[in-house]
Formats: sequence, C-alpha cells, structure tokens
Amino acid sequence: MKEKREILKIEGMNISFKQYEGGFSKTNLDVIRDLDVTVHEGEMVAVVGSSGSGKSLLAHGILGILPYNASLGGRILYQGEELTQEKKESLRGNEIVLVPQSVAFLDPLMKIGPQIRKGKKDPESMAKLDGIFQGYHLKKEVQELYPFELSGGMNRRVLVSTAMMGEPRLVIADEPTPGLHMKMVRRVMEHFRELADKGAGVLLITHDLEQALEVADRVVVFYAGTTVEDASVSDFEREETLRHPYSKALFRAMPRNGFQFIPGTQPYAKEMPEGCPFAPRCGQCRENCRKEIPFRELRGGKVRCVNAV
Amino acid sequence: MKMGNGRIRTAVFFGAAVLLLAGITLAGFLLSREAMVTDFSRKDLAPGLPYLFGTDWLGRDMLARALTGLSMSIRLGLLAAGISSLIALGLGIASATMGRAVDSVITFIIDLVMGIPHILLLILISYACGKGFQGVVIGVSLTHWTSLARLIRGEVLQLRETGYVKMAEKLGMSRFHIAWKHMFPHLFPQFLVGLILLFPHAILHEASITFLGFGLSPEQPAIGIILSESMKYLAMGKWWLAVFPGLLLVLTVVLFDTAGESLRKLLNPGSTHD
Amino acid sequence: MVLEAKHISFRYGKESRQILEDFSFRMTQEERLGLIAPSGFGKTTFCKILAGYEKPDAGEILLEGRPLSSFGRYCPVQMIWQHPEQVVNPRLKMRKVLEEGDGVEPRIIEELGIEPDWLNRYPGELSGGELQRFCIARALGERTRFLLADEISTMLDLITQSQIWSFLIQEVERRGIGLLAVSHSRPLLERVCTRVWDLEE
Repeated sequence: MKEKREILKIEGMNISFKQYEGGFSKTNLDVIRDLDVTVHEGEMVAVVGSSGSGKSLLAHGILGILPYNASLGGRILYQGEELTQEKKESLRGNEIVLVPQSVAFLDPLMKIGPQIRKGKKDPESMAKLDGIFQGYHLKKEVQELYPFELSGGMNRRVLVSTAMMGEPRLVIADEPTPGLHMKMVRRVMEHFRELADKGAGVLLITHDLEQALEVADRVVVFYAGTTVEDASVSDFEREETLRHPYSKALFRAMPRNGFQFIPGTQPYAKEMPEGCPFAPRCGQCRENCRKEIPFRELRGGKVRCVNAV
Repeated sequence: MKMGNGRIRTAVFFGAAVLLLAGITLAGFLLSREAMVTDFSRKDLAPGLPYLFGTDWLGRDMLARALTGLSMSIRLGLLAAGISSLIALGLGIASATMGRAVDSVITFIIDLVMGIPHILLLILISYACGKGFQGVVIGVSLTHWTSLARLIRGEVLQLRETGYVKMAEKLGMSRFHIAWKHMFPHLFPQFLVGLILLFPHAILHEASITFLGFGLSPEQPAIGIILSESMKYLAMGKWWLAVFPGLLLVLTVVLFDTAGESLRKLLNPGSTHD
Repeated sequence: MVLEAKHISFRYGKESRQILEDFSFRMTQEERLGLIAPSGFGKTTFCKILAGYEKPDAGEILLEGRPLSSFGRYCPVQMIWQHPEQVVNPRLKMRKVLEEGDGVEPRIIEELGIEPDWLNRYPGELSGGELQRFCIARALGERTRFLLADEISTMLDLITQSQIWSFLIQEVERRGIGLLAVSHSRPLLERVCTRVWDLEE
C-alpha cells in the first residue's frame, strides 16, 4: 500500500480547564491528557469514547474554539505544518469543516440556504445545495426558512449538509447523528465515506463503536481523557488482534460478542489514578502500570499499555 | 484581567455596593435632624469646608439634606420594591399554575399596566391614595411588578415542562414537594435579582413624581423635593443645590444596579467561569 | 399483571402529524419485550403514553384491566428516559434525586455500581452513564410493576450498556417486573429480551 500523506497529526494533546469549586477556590481540571491521533488523506478515523468523557473538546481544540478558561497543550500538525490559532481561524469553514454536536452552531438570524452557501448565489452552488438537500430529504423550501422553523432532526441534516458544500480537506464530525433515525444515520455516514474516498481526511468523534466499525478505516479508542489504542477496523473482528485490555473489554461487551462486562466506571477527571487510567479495572495490572505509559507501536497499530504484546 | 479570581472580585463588588448603600441609609437617618436646621448666618454658601455640598437659601446643610433625602428614598424604594416583587411572585405563580382562565386574566392585567405610561399611572395612583409616603409606596408598588411577574410566569411554565418535574409527578411526589424542591431553587435567584434591580427604578420614580409635585410633601427633605426646589435657584448660579444631590442619586442607582448584576453572576452557575 | 394499550390514537395538537392510530398492545409481567419500530413510529411518545405522561386522544391504557390513574399517585408503570440529564434536577444532589424513588433498596444502588461518593455530587459532575444508573435505580421503587426503557443505552459505551442491561435482566426477573425495551439494535434486544417485536417487518 502506498504511503498516504498525513493531513492531521495530533501529538500529546492536553486540555485543562480553570474551574471554580463550590465557593471561591480555583482548580485546574485536566480533561484531556495525552491524546494522539493521525488522519491520512482519504482516510476515515473514528475516535471512540463514552459520552461525557470530553471528546468534543478534541474537535474544539483543533478548530481553536475552546472556551476561554481552557488551555491547550501538545502539538497539532496540519499537512505537516504547525496549526497555529491564526491558521485555525483562516482554515476553518473552508479547508477544515466541523459538523458540530449541537444545532446551536447554526446562525439563528440567517436563512438556511444562504447560510450553507455562505452567501454564494452562482448557479453552481445553488444546484449543488439542491442536490445535497434532496439526498437528505430536505425540501427546497427549507432553504428559505430560519433554523428555529425546523425540527431538531432537520437542523441536524442541515449541519451535515454544510460539510458537503465545499471541498474540505479535513472534516471533523462530532457526534453528527444523535436524534436521526437509522436510515438517515447510514446516509450521513455514507456521505462522510464518500468525502474520504475523494481524498479528504475524516475524523469522526463518536461514542458508538459499532457504528464506527461500519464506516471507518481506523478506530482510536479514547478512555478517561487518553487515547489507549489506535487500531484498524479489521482488528476488531477478533479479540486477539486487539491490543489494549480496555479495547478487549469493549469487544467482549458487544451484544454479538457475548455481552460480557467488566465492573467499575471510568475515573472522574478530578480523581485520575497515577499512570494508566484503566489500571484500577484491569485484570493484568502490575507494578509498572502506575507510572507514565508511552503510546507505542505494536503490530501495525499503537497502544498505551506496558503489558500488551 | 484574565488572571485573578473573578468570583471573589464579583463578591467584593457586591459587598461594597451593599455596604455603601447601607452607609447612605444610616447616615441619612442620623442626619435627619441636622437636615432641618435653618441658619441664616450661613446661607447660600458654595461647597467647601465645613459644608462639603454647600448650603441653601435657608442656610441648611446640603450634604445632610441630600443624604437624608436619599436615605428616605432608599427606605421607600426597599418597601415599594419588596411589595412589588411579592405581587409579582404571587401573580406570576398563579398565572402559571391556576389554569387558563386565571392566566389570561393576569396576562391581561400585565399587558394593561405595561401599556399605560409608567409615570402617568404612578401619578394617578399616588394622587388617588393621598400622595405622601403612603401614596408613593402604593403607586410604585402597583406599577413595577409587571416585568418580574412575566419573568416568573415564564420560568414556572418552563419548569413545569421539564423532565424532572414530570418524573417527580409520576413518582408520586406531592405538589408542595415539587414546588419546594424543584421550582423554588430555580426561581429564587431570579426573584432576588429581580427584586434588587427593582430598587433603582423605584427610587428614580419616587424622585420623579416628588419632583413633579405628586409625591412626598414639600417639608420632607426628599431628593425629588431638593431637586425641584433647586430649579428656582439654578438661574442665580447656585449650581451646587442640584448637582451634588443629583450625582448622589445617580450613584445610588448605579450601586443598586451593580449589586443586582454581581448577585446575578454569583448565583448563576453558568457564569462561574467569568 | 397485564399492561395493555387499547385502540389508542395520539397526536400533539391539532396541526401536527398523527403519531399513533388505533394502536393496540399487550404485555405481561413475566415478559421482557423488545420493541423495534420504524422511524416516525413515535417510540418515545408511545412509552410516554404507556407511563401516563401523555393522554391518548382515543383509546385507553389499562393495568390489570384498570386505568393507570386508579393506582394512586405513584405510577406502577415507570419509564426510563433516553437522556438522563433531562430528568434530574441540576440543582439537587444525587442523594436527593434517589430519595424521590419509592424506597429504593440499598442493594439496587450497590448492584448498579453507584459509588457512595456520587451521592454527594450534582448531576453536572457525573457522566451520562453514571446518571443513567441513578435514573434506573430511582425507577425501581417498591411499587413499580412495569418498566419502560426507551433507548436507555444508546448514548452509553458498550461496557456500561452491558453492565446496565445485565443488572436490569436480573432485577426484573427477581421481582417479576415487566420490561419493555425500545431500541434500534436488534442484537441488543435479542440478548436482553424474551420476545422481540419488530414493527418494521
């Protein structure tokens, strides 16, 4: 297989928040620590983690739209170059597009059509949008409405349409499908796949491993603020090909693979254990799990576990 | 100013505003006798020592008069805003919970009161109630509750539709439990902030109608009286008669506004990161 | 006990779409029934009608042949919502949230993996999976006879999903509570339920 160009490479990203606790004491809350993801040209990578684990912040960090009380560390490379805040601002919406989780990202004071076309009125853009809308069962009249006049599901389809409009190099989809029914979810996923097949990089952030396995090329498993494994989708066909004990536990918990579970829950950002965050729930935990764990290459993927072989 | 602790700063603002207001109120109270003393040997003095705000044509100390007037205004404002917000609370909740008929009657009254120019209604009510302290309090109370009532009505309607209130009903919780545990904690901050933000309105309106001659009686050292009396002397170059009491009035209003806004920030968990 | 819906029709307001039309349904206390429904069927609305949140325009909901309202204030048919954050008051600590349940046994709280420390937290300080455990515990009060689970694990990770369902299967079996599980995932329902009813077919 020919080596493809890296579109996005994130190394050791960490995001922390300044917070007020109870009264007036201030603390720093590390929500993301040590996140590593790489997206190549024509590739669809899914970052899978449970909801509420802070994975939306990954998208906001790449686009430079974190809240002001957050601080971002680590390195983000876009097409081999450092992605600075100015670059983020000039690229987002053109080369880098976000399909956000919340429909609140739509401008409430702008009609849908002009909003997605970004004001362009040439026949080509008009025709393209009509085509996209048709695919999502959105009537042409919808373009003349404001976001508040649409249902939640319709707004969600509108959000997805925005990504399809331009010629993005990188699409970041943050839980793009909640509230959509299965048929629509499939269609949205197919469209992301198409964008990837045309050469764009797609980063899908989701809690739904089963859905990710249907469309993505690679899956990055996210646990308690850290990426614990980077595996190809085919690695998820058997437990033995997976690398991290948490990925294996996820595999076994799938309804079709036995529906078994391990006890415990993900640790809270304030009470993160030293070293491996999965250690308290892991059957193979040893002494050396309690220190810094590197993200290392293993069998064509990556794993953050000292015991994986 | 990104660094530093925003919450502490807000709390300090709030504390300072409240303290200053309490100080004005207390000072005015203590100086109320002083404010009435006339002494023709010191009349028409420009600001300076020992009369910081100067004296008027009867030789009365303008500082004492302004503080006493403001103190009276603040006490009157507290009373009127208190009554007004209680009316708002009662009618707002009744409107949201007692069925469609009650709701439309109350909404109609709100629209009616809001539809008539404030000052006109205020003058009418105050005049009908015999002017003076009583007239002003009733007038201000009866005209200022509408927007808070509307806010509370909306809030209660919204709360009734939330999943947790509906769930509590299905779990067999009593109406009292739902009101106390689920509604009150959401309403209270709104109510409190609404109450504090009512003060400056109440005070300004009291001053206005007194100024126009429909409020407090002329022998009381109210801020409205001071301002309207000073009008006659402004042309004679006695600017201090109006400027200092006026500034003090503005300061009081701004202080109440600051107190209300900082309290809103402190009570709102959403702004905890400001 | 039997839970029945007899010829129910429903729509939200006059203008909107007819969601249910002359729909009938029946399940017993011994069953764990899985429901897969086509999009636009209004699964959530159906659950809300069964649990008494919404009144059908026509038809009736009967438990043991009696209308739900005749069972007193506590509704024996309890529903667990898809989004737990919508059904807990953000200003109440989790301990207070649980107290609203009908005498929830400490055993249930423990078996659901709820840690004692979580009881002192506010909902905003818990993840979706942790909150959902509280909502499940709260719905399993003494007088609960039927439990409606509306896509309760859609937003959760696989391990939490498996933990929660394994507990629920055990609990409803032990207490003879009827379970209606609504989901889009057939493999899941086949794992969980004694009978799967696919309205898509």
